[in-house]
Amino acid sequence: MNAFQISWRNLKANRLTLTLNLLLIAFGTGMLAMLLLGMSQVGERLRDNARGVDLVVGAKGSPLQLILSSIYFIDFPTGNISAEDAGSLAAHPMVKKAIPLALGDNYAGFRIVGTDTGYVSLHGLELAAGRFWTKPFEIVIGADVAGAQGLKAGDRIYGSHGLTSDEDLHDDHPYVVAGVLKQSGSVADNLVLTSLESVWQMHGADGVREITSMLLQYRSRVAMVALPAMINRSTAMQAASPAKESARLFALIGVGVEAVRWLAVALMLLAGVSVFVSLYNSLRERVYDLAVMRVMGASRGAIFAMIVLEGTLLTTLGSLAGVLLGHGALHAIGYWQGSPQARMDGLVFLPEEGLLLAVGLFIGFVAALLPAIQAYRTDISETMSKI
Amino acid sequence: MLQVNSLTKTFANGATLNFPGWNVNHSEQWLLLGESGSGKTTLLHILGGLLRPSSGRVVVNGADLYTLSPRALDRFRGQHIGIVFQQPHLIRSMTVEENLLLAQSFAGIGRDVFRIMEVLNALDMEHKRHAYPQELSQGQAQRAGIARSLVNRPALLLADEPTSSLDNRNADAVIRLLSDLATSEGSTLIVCTHDDRVKEAFFKDFMFELRHERISNQLEKS
Repeated sequence: MNAFQISWRNLKANRLTLTLNLLLIAFGTGMLAMLLLGMSQVGERLRDNARGVDLVVGAKGSPLQLILSSIYFIDFPTGNISAEDAGSLAAHPMVKKAIPLALGDNYAGFRIVGTDTGYVSLHGLELAAGRFWTKPFEIVIGADVAGAQGLKAGDRIYGSHGLTSDEDLHDDHPYVVAGVLKQSGSVADNLVLTSLESVWQMHGADGVREITSMLLQYRSRVAMVALPAMINRSTAMQAASPAKESARLFALIGVGVEAVRWLAVALMLLAGVSVFVSLYNSLRERVYDLAVMRVMGASRGAIFAMIVLEGTLLTTLGSLAGVLLGHGALHAIGYWQGSPQARMDGLVFLPEEGLLLAVGLFIGFVAALLPAIQAYRTDISETMSKI
Repeated sequence: MLQVNSLTKTFANGATLNFPGWNVNHSEQWLLLGESGSGKTTLLHILGGLLRPSSGRVVVNGADLYTLSPRALDRFRGQHIGIVFQQPHLIRSMTVEENLLLAQSFAGIGRDVFRIMEVLNALDMEHKRHAYPQELSQGQAQRAGIARSLVNRPALLLADEPTSSLDNRNADAVIRLLSDLATSEGSTLIVCTHDDRVKEAFFKDFMFELRHERISNQLEKS
């Protein structure tokens, strides 16, 4: 029998204690794993989707709301802006590139976005099948939209008014799927892209044309300071910086995240104390077992190592279960969450999760140290004389 | 096979036990008698490498036990000395077979299931090899304990009050079993007890009696 088998048998001898300790450590690690993965994915999504966008211009209102609705497509827009005003701004010398966005409808919860080819090149989108739109009411759908709805080039769909509901169907104007995008890992995977003209015609905008927002790239670093100030001061529009608003968003959710993190750390420490108490108490019951092992030839070091192995095995298994639990919980959240644009993925693993296992191992080692020292000091003769 | 030279053991409270020289040859069977507190267990533990004497030497199979390093002494005890206690104290989380495997493992002897079956067979315990200690009767547990002490073919088999908790029938059976197995395995057997039933049932080669004399004991061949 090897050391692992012996330690595992000892742990299994008290299934209730084993289960409780495993659950405690698993919950603590699971929460930390979920936070780590969740925050990492949110951060990554925020960075990736905002890449190449220096400024977002839209109707006045909450700048954070403007960023969330125009870059991440997870909130309602602040309103509309005049396409003419937006066009003038796009022609400003400080603007290198401007991409208009027109929102208003959805298909099965996936947002329909009127835009131009600038959006395609911004995210480096490529076609998996079909072609890009060439006329109104032709659409190109993201890979996740195609997958979830079983759509292919040539299919017809009907959009619904609003951004989340499938009520109020626009059944007078079907869209035709011209192409399906390759999976890009960006927010575009969950979008239905079409021309601005499609959105305008769908909503009967024959007179004053409006768009929801515009994504801008600066021509120079000077624009970074001058352009937002100019837009906010002298136009009916507002300018919001994705970098600044993302940082603000992190600061806002950071308080809650920090609270959950400390709760998880407290659970881990509690688990450590529980493992210590369990091992310490079990020594009283197993004092003759340990003495008999010594009689059979086990050295003091082997007994010490066996107790340490029991502690570390327990917490490492608990941590491993916790990491899997964290992934499972995150995947379940991703599966059930309403907004597909920021869907969490539990199948992504991070190198930092190895650190969680290492922390579990360390807690087990520390918790087992005192009981192991006590076991090490067991006097065989004295113990066996008490029998 | 076993040489004991002028052993003394001084305890923390100042009490001292003295044991004179003693030689035991291969395959001999000895009975060590004495009242409770006379030092039988102390002597047995010193002979088994469990308790370091204050002075004197114990040589088993050519190895001077207390000149060995702690690790080497543990390994030597596992490989060459089998000890049977009053209670079998089998590891409760393991089956009878696993208890024997554990003895092989701690002694650094490779897994030898054939030997385990051989010993269990000799003790009529092969049908209980997968049973846990709590599923055994008192007699079966004691036999499993004996099997564990014999599985590594010890040159020296020590038994400390092996019959104290058994009724007459089981006591007689256990002591005969120990004697027969020691004979068949070629082990030297030293049984230490204050149980007069053992004296009547088993007295094969030699018998010592430890007599209490305040703080010192004398080992005498009767």
